[in-house]
Formats: sequence, C-alpha cells, structure tokens
Amino acid sequence: MATVIRSETHPDVGAYGEVNKDVLKLLGKPGRSYYILLAIVLVILAIGASAWFVQIVLGIGMSGLINPVGWGAYITTFVFWVGIAHSGTLISAVLYLFRARWRQSIYRASEAMTVFAVMTAGLFPIIHLGRPWIFYYLLPYPNQRMIWPNFRSPLLWDVFAVSTYLTVSATFFLLGMIPDIAAARDGTTVPWRKKLYTVLSFGWRGTANEWRHFSKAYLYLAALATPLVLSVHSVVSWDFAMSIVPGWHTTIFAPYFVAGAIFSGLAMVITIIVPIRKIFNLEAYFTPRHFDAMAKMVLVTGMIVFYAYLTEFFMAWYSFETPERAIFWDRVTGDYWWASWIMLTCNGIIPMLLWSRKVRTNIPALFTITIFVNIGMWFERFVIIVTSLAHEYEPWQWRNYQPSWVEMAIVAGSFAWFAMWFLLFLRVLPAVSIAELKEVLPAPLRRRSRKGVAESHGKIGPAEDR
Amino acid sequence: MSAVTSHGTLGVYDALDSATETIERLRAAGMKRITVFSPLPSHELEHALHAGESPVRMFTLVGGLTGAATGFAFPTWASLDWPLITGGKPIISGPAWVIIAFELTILFGALSTVAGLFINARLPQRRVMQVYDPSFSSDRFGILVMPPAGREAEVRDIMRDNGAAEIREQVQEVKVGDL
Repeated sequence: MATVIRSETHPDVGAYGEVNKDVLKLLGKPGRSYYILLAIVLVILAIGASAWFVQIVLGIGMSGLINPVGWGAYITTFVFWVGIAHSGTLISAVLYLFRARWRQSIYRASEAMTVFAVMTAGLFPIIHLGRPWIFYYLLPYPNQRMIWPNFRSPLLWDVFAVSTYLTVSATFFLLGMIPDIAAARDGTTVPWRKKLYTVLSFGWRGTANEWRHFSKAYLYLAALATPLVLSVHSVVSWDFAMSIVPGWHTTIFAPYFVAGAIFSGLAMVITIIVPIRKIFNLEAYFTPRHFDAMAKMVLVTGMIVFYAYLTEFFMAWYSFETPERAIFWDRVTGDYWWASWIMLTCNGIIPMLLWSRKVRTNIPALFTITIFVNIGMWFERFVIIVTSLAHEYEPWQWRNYQPSWVEMAIVAGSFAWFAMWFLLFLRVLPAVSIAELKEVLPAPLRRRSRKGVAESHGKIGPAEDR
Repeated sequence: MSAVTSHGTLGVYDALDSATETIERLRAAGMKRITVFSPLPSHELEHALHAGESPVRMFTLVGGLTGAATGFAFPTWASLDWPLITGGKPIISGPAWVIIAFELTILFGALSTVAGLFINARLPQRRVMQVYDPSFSSDRFGILVMPPAGREAEVRDIMRDNGAAEIREQVQEVKVGDL
C-alpha cells in the first residue's frame, strides 16, 4: 500500500473522495441547535420587519431622525454592511489572483457573506426613504416625461456601484459553485435537492472542455471583481466626501473607507467561521493557519484604519480651519465622546493584540477581538455620520440625535436577515469549495511524480472489460 | 424511459497520470474527439489534450468595452435630453461619467464573461447528458472516445495498458434528471 502524502495547507484532509464526503455531510440533517438558532433569528427578523411596517404606516417620524441629522442609524448600518461585504470579494478574488493557497477552504463562506451582506445593505437606503415604495425613482428608467436622474450626484453613483456589486458578487458566487453543485447533485438522493442541484449545476459534467472555459471565466471574473471592491466603498465614501460638511469633506475618505471595509469584513469572516467550524466539525478545513493568515490581514488593515484616524485629527489641526478643528475636538470630547472612544479602542487599540502569534492562533481570543472590531466599525460610521451632521454649519441649528426603538429594531432585524440567509445557505449549498480544495491536495498518481512528492493512493486494479 | 446507447468506449481512472498517458497514447493513435471527465481543473489534462486558449477572454473584453462606451454615452444622451444645470457643472460632466462608466465596464464585462462560458462550454446541458459517472465529480477521471469502426480493440488495449480501473463499452446515455 503506497503512502498518502498530505497537503501542506490542509494536513488533515485526505483524498479527493473524502473532501466530497466531508463537505456534502454539511447538507445532511441539521441538529437541534440549528433549528433553535434559526427560530431565534426569525423572531428577531419578525420584530425588525414589524418595526419597518410601523415606520411605513406612521411615517419616517417614527425614526429618531431630526434636522439637521437626516442620516442616522440607517445609513450607518448601510455603510457597515457594505463594508462587511468587502472582505468576501477580497478573499475570493484578490487572494485568487495572488494565488494565496490558504484561501481555498474559507472563500466560499466569505463569498456567501458578501452576497448576503450586500443584500442587507441594499435595504437600508430604501428603509431610510420617507416613501420607500417609490425607490425606483433612483434608477434611470424611461418614464413618461423622460426625466433622468442626476448623474453628477454621488448618491446615483452609489446606486450604480452597489447594484453592480450585488450583481457581480452574486454571479461570481453562483458561477464558482457550479462544479460543486454538480458534485452535490451526484451525491444526494433527496428528491428536492436533486432537482434544485440539477437546475443550479446547469448539467455540468466536468469535461475538460467545460473546465477549460470555466477556469478562464473564473479568472476574468476575479480580475473584474478586484477593482470593483475598491470602487464600491470609494463611491460610498464619496456620498460623504463630495459634500462640504466639516468632518466629511476630505480626500482621504476613499482609501480610508476601503481599508475600514476590508478590516471589518475580515473580522466578520472570523466571527462567522469560528462557530461554523465548531458546529460542523470542520477543524481539518479551517486550521489555525487560516486564522493566523486572516488575523494578520486584520492587523494590517486595522493599522491602516488607525493611521487614517490619526491623519484626520492631524489634518484638522494642521489645516487651521476652525469648523474642521471644532468638529474633531467635539468628536472626542463632545456629546458623542463615548461613541468615538468605543471606535478608537475597538479599532485602534484592541487589534494591536494581534501582533502576538499566540493570540492569532488562539481561536477564542481571536473570536473576542473580532467581535470588538465589528462593534468598533459600526461606531466608526456612527461617529462619522452623526457627529458631523449634529454640528453642521451654524451653531443655532445644532441638534443631537438619538436612535428610536424603531431604528434599533430594524438594525437588529438586519443582523437577523443576514443570519437567516447564511443559515439557509449552510444547509442548501456546499459551504466549502470541493473542486478548489482538491487543487491544493496532492493529485492521485500511479507512480511518483516528477517532483517526487506525491505517491499513488487507492487501488489501481487490473483493467477489466465489460 | 428509453435509454440511448452510445457506441463509445469509456475508460475510468483512479490516477491522474494514468489518464494523461492514455490521452497521449490515444492521440498518437490518431483518435479524434476525446472527451475527458475530471473532478477538478487540471493543467496536466489540458496539456495532454493540447487545448487551445479559451475564447472566453474575447467576451470579457467586448463586454467591458461596451460597458465603458455605454457608461459615457448614456449619461451624455440623458443629460442632453433634459439639459438642467446642477451644481454649476457643465451639462456633460466628464469626470462624473467616469464613475458610471467604470461600474458599467465591470457589470457588462462580468455578464458577458458568464455568457462566454455558457456559450463555449455548451451550458446549460438540458436534454441528453452523455455517458457520465457520479464518481467524476468526486475522485475519478474518465476518458470517452468514439473509435472508428474496427478499432475498438485497439482503444481498449491502450486504456488497459495505461492503468484504467474500468473499461465500459456500449455505455448508456443518461438524462440530466435521471442522474
């Protein structure tokens, strides 16, 4: 019996067939904890949906929004979810282009996270409208009077950027999954699954011709998705930076927002993968090596974000502009000092623990740190939006804002909405890429390969005619 | 259900190198139309098949350029259609169009890449799925050839000599739904 050579990145994963078995096992019958979790999520979602209903019926006054703070918790949460979306594409597309081989087992889950996060984010600009039923006015559609939207407005750029992002990331996600869905189709006997996978796999057979075009299409999609990631959060940041509101009107916003998005998104990937790994016994697929690599990226992007915070304060002081100085001084000492300090502590100071390798490979510690980062990044957007608007222009119109229960319920509901999609995804579609994992495993060979690393495994019986 | 019987010969392999060697031998013997099944994309197989560059890239390029052109042309036309000055900016605000054009380049490029894949890989396969085995999506490789009349034995020998785990002839074609 020849020895089986283990993969360098996934030492506990065995042969090709084992990958199929392990991954498709996730689609089996869920345990009780899954249904309990799903039930909790659905209850929170129902509360959020009812709150939105209340707001639609009684009007936008049910939110805490008040002049001059026209953007509050809704736009904060919108930016938060768009940011969360970013790391999925980063891991799936950018690391694909850089041939980072540790991405294979985590990218599917983070891609799913991207799609669901954009689906969540996209709700908020609509929720935030006073009359959400006419949201389609945003789209350039031919109407009776042939009035077109204002293409010079950053808010319209946002419509283009976010809807392109949703379309492209969903396409990338579903297209990348075709071979794995075909594997699921071949491995299942449940009738409804068979039907669903047959449709979603588009009759994929894995012929060399299909693979040849598939690999290229995947490569080009990755190449298109990479600049898209950078552009989407830049455009979101211009929603702020293109205005003349003190605290928003700075050129640093685009790179600052992109770094923040990747930072928060990677933290969210870790926050999600830790429990999945535990519940589904995927320790062989999500190894401490993966967490170490992701934690390093959290640390790098976290430092860029912290540097951007300090730059903002420095530039406010250095510009010698009174409103700019006043706003930044107000942020850390004014009515919202607590929000700013949550932001600075969670995003600037706590991630510094990741310098230690021990912390990076200690999964409970990493999980805790990423939760802090998620909280910190929500507050970052809150600070940027609310403090600047509350002290906008003339002092006589300054007014503080406090989220109402409707807003809080809708924000909580958005987390439930996201979690619901993710939980359903885990049960219906292969959450780890089957085909790509095989690429990092040693190929089954009959004799020693030229590199002399891999040997054959499994039986090579005598050929027999039928 | 009436199953169609194909006259092809299907070799099933456990090892990648056995499969590539078989392909090379079959090609040397002048066999045309070799269909290879594999659970993962493989450069070795592609190399053995001497497959050319995939034309999907042309779809990406044309789609992207169309998107860029649309991104400039459409806002220009729409702004001229109802010329309303906003923010003191010119009616045709080039720099603002760049952002629309950028997003549409990516959107059109991505969608036409998908179209390129589907057209070139002949997807979706809806009616008859040729000879197939569920293990091809798991851990085995398959090679299907349609030998010219009278050369079936030769093909069989090549497959056997190069380590086929199984050789099937007169394989039945299956429909996608029956898998």
